[in-house]
Amino acid sequence: MRVIGLAAALSLTLGAAAASETKVRIGYIGVEQPAPPVLSNLDPVPDDRALAGARLGLADNQTTGKFMGQEWVLSETLVPEGGDALAAARAALAATRVLVLDAPAETLTAIADLPEAEGALLFNATAPDAALRDGACRANLFHTLPSDAMRADALAQFLVQRRWTDVALISGAHPRDHAFAEALKASIAKFRLTLTGEKEWVFDADMRRNASAEVPLFTQQLGEHDVLLVADEIGDFGRYVVYNTWLPRPVAGSEELVPQAWSPVVEQWGAAQLQSRFEDQAHRDMTPEDYAAWAAIRTLGEAVTRTGSDDIAVLRDYILSDAFELAGFKGRPLSFRPWNGQLRQPIPIVTDRAVVATAPLEGFFHQGNELDTLGRDAPETTCRAFQE
Amino acid sequence: MLRLTTALALLAATPAFADEIWVTNEKDNTISVIDADTLEVTRTLETGERPRGITFSHDYSRVYICASDSDAVQVMDPVSGEILHDLPSGEDPEQFVLHPDDRRLYIANEDDAITTVVDTETRRVVAQIDVGIEPEGMAVSPDGKIVVTTSETTNMAHWIDTETETIFANTLVDSRPRHAEFVKDGAELWVSAEIGGTVTVFDTATQTEKARIRFAIKGVHEDLIQPVGFELTPDGKTAFVALGPANHVAVVNAETWEVEEYLLVGRRVWHMAFDGDHSRLFTTNGISGDVTVIDVARREAIKTVKVGRFPWGAAYRPTGG
Repeated sequence: MRVIGLAAALSLTLGAAAASETKVRIGYIGVEQPAPPVLSNLDPVPDDRALAGARLGLADNQTTGKFMGQEWVLSETLVPEGGDALAAARAALAATRVLVLDAPAETLTAIADLPEAEGALLFNATAPDAALRDGACRANLFHTLPSDAMRADALAQFLVQRRWTDVALISGAHPRDHAFAEALKASIAKFRLTLTGEKEWVFDADMRRNASAEVPLFTQQLGEHDVLLVADEIGDFGRYVVYNTWLPRPVAGSEELVPQAWSPVVEQWGAAQLQSRFEDQAHRDMTPEDYAAWAAIRTLGEAVTRTGSDDIAVLRDYILSDAFELAGFKGRPLSFRPWNGQLRQPIPIVTDRAVVATAPLEGFFHQGNELDTLGRDAPETTCRAFQE
Repeated sequence: MLRLTTALALLAATPAFADEIWVTNEKDNTISVIDADTLEVTRTLETGERPRGITFSHDYSRVYICASDSDAVQVMDPVSGEILHDLPSGEDPEQFVLHPDDRRLYIANEDDAITTVVDTETRRVVAQIDVGIEPEGMAVSPDGKIVVTTSETTNMAHWIDTETETIFANTLVDSRPRHAEFVKDGAELWVSAEIGGTVTVFDTATQTEKARIRFAIKGVHEDLIQPVGFELTPDGKTAFVALGPANHVAVVNAETWEVEEYLLVGRRVWHMAFDGDHSRLFTTNGISGDVTVIDVARREAIKTVKVGRFPWGAAYRPTGG
């Protein structure tokens, strides 16, 4: 165990040139996943999605670290499609005990279960799967991206507040679409909305040409509703539903009005500064995955600075404690749920042009932290790994 | 605070007539000038883009304005309301403080992690000092020897020696420090932390923490209690602390660090300024787009004055003579 700059940090006063030097190495592993085919070519997925956020987090930690005698290093490993993610993780864990991961759920749990990962700190920055926060949770795996459930609950709170209580749902066929549709249905039940109709998107024609003809008939069968929910997480068909519905109804979910961990339209609470720092560095907009990777690395920065330690057990305890708070540009301090390692965070509900609302919305109370009205709360969780 | 002590000295010499409170409107690119007696807006002046920090020269002949998105500090004639010239300021100047020498302006460059020192006479940059991420709060000790910059994302107060223009100490504070002031003749430095929800009191001589002030308002979640701007009465006994989205100003006993009262003001209360005799306090309320006037002795909000969009900074200007 190495304790760094402890004396200095405890006295809370540091000279301009801090005496002790701490080097904190973070491993970043990005596992390339095949992009599912979509109808429109309008939205290219950036190659450095999540990675660019991690790099900004590192730059932020370095700026702070230079006043604290800390040096921060990010070792980036990109695993190509079909590559050996576990071998990459093993190699990274030989050099550091801290990893930020961009990988699908099954790879995340496989990495967390490696003998080399025991007692390590792993951060999931890109997988929204509910199971990772529930039955498939791991004590060494934290989540900075909100779960599907958190996003769906955020949207449901907005619908309740607007009194748009009758909703219909169209879901795509991709597993991500199904997962988000399930989360939406769970939120519909949790917040006592009514699901009036549900359909799966089955068209295999190119909707760019005939959406205006097909979508009205398709949505006609959904019954009377206030708002039409679309679960299209891969961005395939949702854009062709908007303004083509049988009834003149707003669209929400994966399209049009979207609950997001982060979006370029978020500018309040100093967010404009984070956006412009990111844009200067990456030359593009900051995605939710970038935000989650940034938050993971800033979490480590906060923990090392506040505890004056780079001991993993000390950092883990601090991150899960009440004392931890991260200023995440969302108007409230962010912290981690001690029952499953999920980063608590407000969820902006956005269009392409503006933030319409930010959940938790006023009137949704919680006995502890209002942020826990979003996603799986302590009494409901089936995650046991964090109780050991 | 520096400009207040100076204001007092000036007032003693020349009794004031219709004094003014100047308020920068961040999203209107204007300044609203409020008559401190009638509590009406008498003038609305054009500025550069996104005006935030505002302060007057010691003789009140010039007003300095941080026009953040114009990347300039503007110098205005407060009588005519005309912009005289711009000062080089570094990128995205947010907040600044004028040195007791009435010449050096210390500017926080929010986007650049730099504090820029500008000579207002030669209009040249004298020094640039690397600080933490998103510098914002700026304070200068009454003897002019120390300037403090706080950085929002690094969560530190950086102590700058004004003779060498270098940092001589860094002290951690709670999350997202926003505002700093030397108080009690410079014996203490106060720093507010927006996300941390605290005000930290430092002993200036040793740069060590003396106290941490916490806030609690019934019916308001602690996460929404976000201290930003604050001012102390000239006797150093009472502090008024703006609590951002909690929409309250806390009245703090500055000797015991205890909160005595919470005053309801407008939405997202940000910064504040006293009038000349410190009988009234003017708070900028960003979201409601207005200024709350507080009777200091009665500790009561007495009026709301509509100004421009997102009022940010406030400064007092005596007009008598």
